[in-house]
Amino acid sequence: MNQHITASQAIADPNHARPDASQDVVRLVDLKRHFGATPAIDGISLTVRKGEILGIIGRSGAGKSTLIRCLNGLERPDSGEVFIEGREISQLGERDLQPLRRRIGMIFQHFNLLSAKTVEDNVALPLKIEGRPKAERLARAAELLELVALSEKARAYPASLSGGQKQRVGIARALAARPALLLSDEATSALDPETTRSILALLKDINRQLGLTILLITHEMEVIRSIADRVAVIDAGRIVEEGPVWSVFADPQSDITKSLLGGIRPQLPAELAARLLPASGAETILRIDVAGEVARGPLLSDLATSVPGAFRLVHGGIDHIQQQPVGTLFLSVPGGDASHLAEIITFLKARQARVEVLGHVANPV
Amino acid sequence: MSPILFELLLRSIWETVLMTSASGLISLVFGLPLGLALISTERGGIAENLWVNRVLGAIINGFRSVPFIILLVALIPLTRLIVGTSIGTWAAIVPLSIAATPYYARIAEVSLREVDHGLIEAARAMGGNRWTIIGEVLVPEALPGIVAGFTVTLVTLIGASAMAGAIGAGGLGDLAIRYGYQRFETSVMVAVVIVLIILVCGIQWAGDRLVARLDRRG
Repeated sequence: MNQHITASQAIADPNHARPDASQDVVRLVDLKRHFGATPAIDGISLTVRKGEILGIIGRSGAGKSTLIRCLNGLERPDSGEVFIEGREISQLGERDLQPLRRRIGMIFQHFNLLSAKTVEDNVALPLKIEGRPKAERLARAAELLELVALSEKARAYPASLSGGQKQRVGIARALAARPALLLSDEATSALDPETTRSILALLKDINRQLGLTILLITHEMEVIRSIADRVAVIDAGRIVEEGPVWSVFADPQSDITKSLLGGIRPQLPAELAARLLPASGAETILRIDVAGEVARGPLLSDLATSVPGAFRLVHGGIDHIQQQPVGTLFLSVPGGDASHLAEIITFLKARQARVEVLGHVANPV
Repeated sequence: MSPILFELLLRSIWETVLMTSASGLISLVFGLPLGLALISTERGGIAENLWVNRVLGAIINGFRSVPFIILLVALIPLTRLIVGTSIGTWAAIVPLSIAATPYYARIAEVSLREVDHGLIEAARAMGGNRWTIIGEVLVPEALPGIVAGFTVTLVTLIGASAMAGAIGAGGLGDLAIRYGYQRFETSVMVAVVIVLIILVCGIQWAGDRLVARLDRRG
């Protein structure tokens, strides 16, 4: 267990063992792209380190797709620099981009498999483009189909596959030319939750087994939570927040991050939130956010023994993200005695918890 | 029907088949690349060139707007240049091909445009060039439509070849006009109509079967 904690802290701490810049698979410097007068990307700088999974999240229209397309030259930025494995590519012509794109695999929301080709021919296509002999292509396709557990579908056509199977073929195809980087463009957005989980598990596996660097864009925080090491939140073409996933989940700074997290982090029940009053009422509702070490400790029982007086847990939960506990608790503290409330807040703050007085309510249950 | 008329009928069938298949083949060979050129040069295409696109479009529209019977006569100098004569079955193949090529180009263009843009993007993301996109994506993915369109073109050509009798090309239409209509040989008229129905149904049936075999879109 202790080793686990150390390992996860190494991931969590951005200053710990920072690999040197030559390890950066992708480096973006002040990237800008406008469509007409509206900026799609408005000055984005970003690095993706070798072997990590970086998740980029934002609402639709935030500029995610444009950003990911700048990485393999499908989209050309107006200004700024795009370094792929140390090489600046934003000014390269189509012909020079072609060999480079073979170093970058890409998977798509709608899979984009060729309907006229069998599964194995789809997987082998990147190698055909590279001009590899047929025997080698088919051998590699067979190997990859085994990796994605679809060997028995090698001769089938994509139309006969389910969505999850199609995306597995898409992943196998993206890996065919042994890329250094995998781009995932909303790869699970067209899939049901269960299939999404299996596809994400596959991506995580590939990341671990092959050490493949993955950059994925999504609008679902669930995807970020499941597999990303770091997350960048973008809104209106800018990065509004960036960091290790657990710390962004534990302490989101921007409104957009908070709202994107809304669906998967505990929220005050709407029924209760509707009855909150700003003025003093019978009980005070507190929101407590804890993460890391403090969330592992017996916080509530310590609170009960240190601060005499009642409180009530009305809602909450603890998630484990990158092996770090991230908790949000909603407490209801009886009113009447202002010093009791102050003591509770002081105690919690001393334990590095973030405490917010949400309001007051006559009857919390 | 007398044996002589029967022999005439057989010869006319051959002439129609020859005119239709030769000009059909030529329209395929030139029309498909023309269709590819149209969608490749349009805005957002893989070889965007609006100027070329407009010129091609205008030429195709020009040929398509001339009624075939007029094209048949207007192209006589060209026909003479290519075939050496302006009369007969081979001479008819020139205007038939020139009429069918832009017609087929437009049909192919529609099928090619229906190919999901995401597939083209996927091929580009794999490092494919334009020829890869044409050879691995556009043509294979549009193939069912390309074949179905070719079937339509062949059937249209059978109809158009009937007019080629005007320049002495022979064929079933010519036979029906000269014997069935002008000489009141009703049996010839009936026979021609039956043969044409069989021809058209046969082409359509074969085309549909081929399309069904090629279509893997599920």
